Amino acid sequence: MLAYIVRRVINAIITLLVVTAVTFGIFFAIPKATGSDPALLYIGKQSDPAAIEGIRQKMGFDDPIYVQYGKFLKGIVAGRDYANGPDVTHCPAPCLGYSFATEQEVTPLLLEDIPVTLSLALGAAVLWLIMGISFGVISALRRGSFVDRAAMTTALAGVSLPVYFTGLLSSAIFVYWLGWLPQGQYVPFLENPADWFVNLILPWITLAFLFAATYARLTRANMLETLGEDYVRTARAKGLTERVVIGKHALRSGLTPIVTVFGLDLGALLGGAVLTETVFNLRGLGYQALTAIRQNDLPIILGVTLIAAFFIVFANLIVDLVYGWIDPRVRLA
Amino acid sequence: MSIGATNARPFLEIKDLNVRFETDDGIVQAVTGSTFSLEKGKTLGIVGESGSGKSVTSLAVLGLHRTRSNAKVSGEIWLDDEELVSATDEQVRKLRGGKMAMIFQDPLSAMHPYFTVGSQIVEAYRVHNPGVNKKVARERAIDMLARVGIPQPERRFNDYAHQFSGGMRQRAMIAMALVNDPALLIADEPTTALDVTVQAQILDLIRDLQEEFGSAVIMITHDLGVVAELADDVLVMYGGKVIEKGPAVDVFQQPQHPYTWGLLGSMPRLDREVRDRLNPVKGSPPSLINLPNGCAFHPRCPYAGRNGDRSFTEVPELRGDIHKVACHLPAEERTKIFQQEVLPNL
Amino acid sequence: MSENLLEVKGLEKHFPITKGLFKRQVGAVRAVDGIDIEVKAGETLGLVGESGCGKSTTGRLFTRILEPTGGTITFEGEDISHKSVTQLRPLRRDVQMIFQDPYSSLNPRHTVGSIISAPLQIQNIPTPQGLKKAVQELLELVGLNPEHYNRYPHEFSGGQRQRIGIARALALRPKLIIADEPVSALDVSIQAQVVNLLDDLQREFDLTYVFIAHDLSVVRHISDRVAVMYLGKVVEVAERDDLYRNPRHPYTVALMSAVPVPDPVRRDRAQRDRVLLTGDVPSPINPPSGCRFRTRCWKAQDICATEEPPLVTRLDDPASHLTACHFPVVEDEAVAGRRPAATPA
Repeated sequence: MLAYIVRRVINAIITLLVVTAVTFGIFFAIPKATGSDPALLYIGKQSDPAAIEGIRQKMGFDDPIYVQYGKFLKGIVAGRDYANGPDVTHCPAPCLGYSFATEQEVTPLLLEDIPVTLSLALGAAVLWLIMGISFGVISALRRGSFVDRAAMTTALAGVSLPVYFTGLLSSAIFVYWLGWLPQGQYVPFLENPADWFVNLILPWITLAFLFAATYARLTRANMLETLGEDYVRTARAKGLTERVVIGKHALRSGLTPIVTVFGLDLGALLGGAVLTETVFNLRGLGYQALTAIRQNDLPIILGVTLIAAFFIVFANLIVDLVYGWIDPRVRLA
Repeated sequence: MSIGATNARPFLEIKDLNVRFETDDGIVQAVTGSTFSLEKGKTLGIVGESGSGKSVTSLAVLGLHRTRSNAKVSGEIWLDDEELVSATDEQVRKLRGGKMAMIFQDPLSAMHPYFTVGSQIVEAYRVHNPGVNKKVARERAIDMLARVGIPQPERRFNDYAHQFSGGMRQRAMIAMALVNDPALLIADEPTTALDVTVQAQILDLIRDLQEEFGSAVIMITHDLGVVAELADDVLVMYGGKVIEKGPAVDVFQQPQHPYTWGLLGSMPRLDREVRDRLNPVKGSPPSLINLPNGCAFHPRCPYAGRNGDRSFTEVPELRGDIHKVACHLPAEERTKIFQQEVLPNL
Repeated sequence: MSENLLEVKGLEKHFPITKGLFKRQVGAVRAVDGIDIEVKAGETLGLVGESGCGKSTTGRLFTRILEPTGGTITFEGEDISHKSVTQLRPLRRDVQMIFQDPYSSLNPRHTVGSIISAPLQIQNIPTPQGLKKAVQELLELVGLNPEHYNRYPHEFSGGQRQRIGIARALALRPKLIIADEPVSALDVSIQAQVVNLLDDLQREFDLTYVFIAHDLSVVRHISDRVAVMYLGKVVEVAERDDLYRNPRHPYTVALMSAVPVPDPVRRDRAQRDRVLLTGDVPSPINPPSGCRFRTRCWKAQDICATEEPPLVTRLDDPASHLTACHFPVVEDEAVAGRRPAATPA
């Protein structure tokens, strides 16, 4: 089991390295290839050539790409100094460079956004797990019944309707028409938990609706498969009550595939729920990424991409470990 | 059962059992008018090919169709003077795994992959003995594992099904089924997934345990050899119906139904000289949604034309004294055909 | 019958087991571990044994679906042990395989016609009357309705699907067919139909079969010669009647006695004569030293642990009857391990 864990961790680290290399390559090689000058992007349009050259020196845009990548990696691990003669700027680890647009350090900028995205993703996840799994299980048990059909139709709608539709519609109803909820504004949890909660209700529901639909369908399919398994029949043949048969024997294996999907979904969301954040004006990683793309702010795009990749790889790692814990066949293979 | 006896019922009595499944393609008539009985200490072999209704019959006895909303079961199932078709779900559940237990074909898929073998046996014991604490139940489970011949039962208790060999897994499954001393044990193809040498061990084990516990055993199998090894009585099923039943010796030595002849003619046997060719039944088993009219076997029966159209229009009844058969051919003609045409080719 | 179509010498297939961080090889599953055998033109060689004995792997090596880790495979005098996929292409015309599971060995999205004609197209075989006609002839040959060439596998029953598999194997008119448990997934009556079909086709097309199965009765019925395998080795091989009348290897004896006899009258005798083997087959990762069967053998002595018995003619057996045992079983020998005679029914 230990070797299994170590192997997974090493895999994860290698994956992250590859991701950094590729994204770095794309974001810094493309401007070069297309002839646009990162230094120009950095400093803005109206600048004298001397200033541009200074920036170029300081940021090392003239170095070969692998040198730039090496410095970038070093910055993440140990921090780095940007120097042009006596003009030295120290960027502490983990350093992701400076925003082109605002000249702020990228790392603290993104760190500020993480709690917003984290609140949104985790809250929605709790909601969609509860909704998706319970409706999925009920549908599977009452297959073909009214509840089943109603739940699956709603689920179909949930999968098909985009967030900007459901999000804006629910805002229109609950915020503007009924006035039950405040106009979205992120309030940090530590500042005022009640406000944090109230302000996030709509984004949570909107995001959860989308995922709950997928999870309900997935849970239903898995449960139906599991209910047909021989060992479920054995559990019944032993005389176990239906509650134990479903709740213990069927659910345990019926939900295992959900772990994988959930890990990946959550990992992806933690890298920014672009649409939901935009619709509800939540300044999280997704919002940040969108703004950065509009402004061609390469360091921020790179930073968000890396954080997203980190979350996905990390979630994958957790999923692998959880699987080993759930399924003895993986653990004892 | 002699006529003078008080109206004592056999230990297990099935009367006119019908099992239907409503599917999108139509109604599957899985079992039609099945009637038979079994006493304690005896073994009944049910033989048939896939789709003959043999497994469905046994699942119906255990009431395992109750959770399938598309299943309709009618008729009577009497277990020790208790009628099970009309009983409530809860009544049947209490008997399941207690008074009547079942072992299945593939012990790997029949055991839960995520729970230890020991814990699954403990669970089976405690559901029928609610007062018993975990420690006692654990001892009971280990005791059962030892009884079915699993070495180092204390250690194996904590293993998962995939860590057992095929034979050991089936032993564990048997331990689980017998943990509550069931009076009726149904074994559904218990050795089909096993190698012959392991099959011999398992059949031996079932025989020994039956002697020890005196339970009634229903052995469901497609393998006539396995039936001949264990069964006192034999039931041959085809297209959801019992087409022949009687004492094992009679059915094997004087088989009456052309389908039974076909089954015997299909299998090469180690105890006979090698034949040049096998004599299989022609064609394939019928669809249970569109059973042929008349005798369900008539499209495959080489003798169906011999009684005018009766085979094509009229369902033959199961008739006879101890050895019963559902066939339109007159008894004398059947005996003649068997002696002259069938027996020499077996 | 004397010409060898296929010959293997010292055939080995080891599947590596890796462990730890760097996938170090820590051992190997010795699925096939040193087999010498030949398949004669026109015969049916039966390969029996229980699960894990390596019989299926052997079959796959014969067709070179697998590459051996040791030893040589010679087909019609040509060494094919390590030929590449392209080099093997001509061989695929001569050697075909029939599989156990008629449900998973046919692509559900292809029609029967395209399944059966695929080998013809891949090998660029000219079909003078057209592909469709060729397929229909094949369908008819295996007892299926030639009109059904446009149907999909799921529209057929298990037995019919196995016939489709046979038609596909026959399409190239091969010399050798390796049939891996071709009837074990089928119902008894269907099994017999397929066995008869295989028999007829052999006669009609001069086919050579390697018939791999765990069912000793079926193997006896169809084979001319039979090889018994245990834990990656051939422990006994002989002409069919020789083997079934005078089994020499204790494992063969145990295997045969374990087959239930469909005769309740002889039940007691069958049970009395039965050799009940104890324990499980040892792991092919760490097979026992010397004779691999010794851990479960009632005749085993010290020499069995130290010296591996060669596969040679023993006692007064004919030259074709080879047994790998230091202490071959003599007829009417009292066999320890049988149940005491007094066991009541």
